[in-house]
Amino acid sequence: MMNLLKNLLAWVDERFPLTATWKAHASEYYAPKNFNFWYFFGGLALLVLVIQIVSGIFLTMNYKPDALFAFASVEYIMRDVQLGWILRNIHSTGASMFFIVIYLHMFRGLIYGSYRKPRELLWIIGMIIYLALMGEAFMGYLLPWGQMSFWGAQVIVNLFSSVPFVGPDLAILIRGDFVVSDITLNRFFALHVVAIPLILVLIIVAHLVALHEVGSNNPDGIEIKKNKGPDGHPVDGIPFFPYMVVKDAVAAVAFLIVFVAIIFFAPDMGGYFLEYNNFVPANPMKTPEHIAPVWYFTPYYAILRAVPPLFGSQFPGVVAMGVATVIFFALPWLDRGKVKSIRYRGPIYKAFLAAFVVSFVGLGYLGLMPATELYTWISRVLAVVYFAFFFLMPWYTKIDKCKPEPDRVTSK
Amino acid sequence: MTENVDQSKRRILLAATAAAGGVAAAGAGVPFVMSLMPSERAKAAGAPVEVDIGAIEPGTMISIEWQGKPVWIVRRTPEMLELLAKHDGDLADPTSSIPQQPEYCNNATRSIKPEVLVVLGVCTHLGCSPTFRPEVSPADLGANWAGGWFCPCHGSRFDLAARVFKGVPAPTNLIIPPHQYLSETRLLIGDDDKSKLKGGQPADKGATA
Repeated sequence: MMNLLKNLLAWVDERFPLTATWKAHASEYYAPKNFNFWYFFGGLALLVLVIQIVSGIFLTMNYKPDALFAFASVEYIMRDVQLGWILRNIHSTGASMFFIVIYLHMFRGLIYGSYRKPRELLWIIGMIIYLALMGEAFMGYLLPWGQMSFWGAQVIVNLFSSVPFVGPDLAILIRGDFVVSDITLNRFFALHVVAIPLILVLIIVAHLVALHEVGSNNPDGIEIKKNKGPDGHPVDGIPFFPYMVVKDAVAAVAFLIVFVAIIFFAPDMGGYFLEYNNFVPANPMKTPEHIAPVWYFTPYYAILRAVPPLFGSQFPGVVAMGVATVIFFALPWLDRGKVKSIRYRGPIYKAFLAAFVVSFVGLGYLGLMPATELYTWISRVLAVVYFAFFFLMPWYTKIDKCKPEPDRVTSK
Repeated sequence: MTENVDQSKRRILLAATAAAGGVAAAGAGVPFVMSLMPSERAKAAGAPVEVDIGAIEPGTMISIEWQGKPVWIVRRTPEMLELLAKHDGDLADPTSSIPQQPEYCNNATRSIKPEVLVVLGVCTHLGCSPTFRPEVSPADLGANWAGGWFCPCHGSRFDLAARVFKGVPAPTNLIIPPHQYLSETRLLIGDDDKSKLKGGQPADKGATA
């Protein structure tokens, strides 16, 4: 029996690089041995992706992308399809968990300088994934055709109409209609279910290929490939399989416990994961009293609202929001620090990073709140802090007093 | 250090972990598989159907929908019932030995009341719905035709007790669905469980007829 399997494997290997691929990407892919808590989130993001794709496929079997039936078909899934409420809660919870995991994954890159040379392209591919994910989440949110679905899409699409000259036509092109309508719902469904998931999977594969080409960064921000043993492998690395897989499995179990607890006990998460107004069918005649995007978009939404209209146009606010999102692309070239990891950075960088975290979380909170005068002013201050982190980076990372990096990775 | 590894203990731990993971994965699969089964709406569409048969003229048929399929209810005339017994030799299963009907309809007329036939209008060959041809000896069906159903798809023939003739593609008699009388003229299709009836409906009267 074992001989038969061995022969079969040899037969395949002569025709397809099965063993070679497994070795290159798992059993002989060496990852730094000093990975810590922050290194769980890439693997968890992959886990959530699988959960979203599988639960999404099953939801599609009962969902109807038609303005007349969409809302009722979601209620049908919740009430009539056997255990359909679990599938729906998995998918809606998965959306929020995806962003939690991705934000922590990006923050890891920030603190350990994982975007620095030679990982610039890896970072850029990751940012493209992030943007695709935002598009995926936004379009998916229209599908239940509740009040927040409708008015959220209405507001976001209208952002595009503030673009000078082509704006109004652009908005019509996106909607396929003069208002958010059945046509919009139908095309968002196609994009959410087919187009963007395909793109996501492709660029995630590219992300992993790029990662395995340059190798993982680590909490010390030094290159383990510079120090190889007589066997040609990094002395500070251990094979991804089985060691990292087992470590990630523990994180996956802990993550799934939280995930399942939310699905069963708090699927709407107090109105943050599923907004209460979205349990009301879309009504183009009546805007809800208070509308806010889902929590993962609120930092940018707060920046949008913080910028006052200039020259009678909302466009500057839209630009600020857009820049706040894509500024991450420039990080590899904004950072002039001598070291990568926060462990060896000086106090100025740490202060700026802390201020950035406060501004991001603060803006996220304010984006959920009604825009009072006080809140708007706080948003303006925090937006300035947010942009200062990026635009002043070439200056403060250069003058900062760094500690010397170690030769070998350390374990704290 | 490697020499001190307790390999058998490691194998047990590995197997136990894999088994626990397998159980969890199977559990996670339950909602996905369950969602593929008929939903509450589909089940409700398959619920028993109540029908008033008081208005059916002798010798005619009505067709009602039950579980998305046609169910025929025919009020047979005494002449029709008389003709039923005369062509047993031409039938594939004249005594209904193959259980295509509930126990209480396993009789010569395949019905609870002899004149009222309740039958699922789906051909046992490939699922077409046969055509009702109650007339005797029409030109296209031949001199021996004593009334019944003719399937337009592949030519299967059934008599007025929905029994299949020999030499046609359909292998068995048409199916008699479970049913019961709620009163003289009210019929419940799809449920013959008398314990479910409330307030002592006179269902037994029909069942013994």
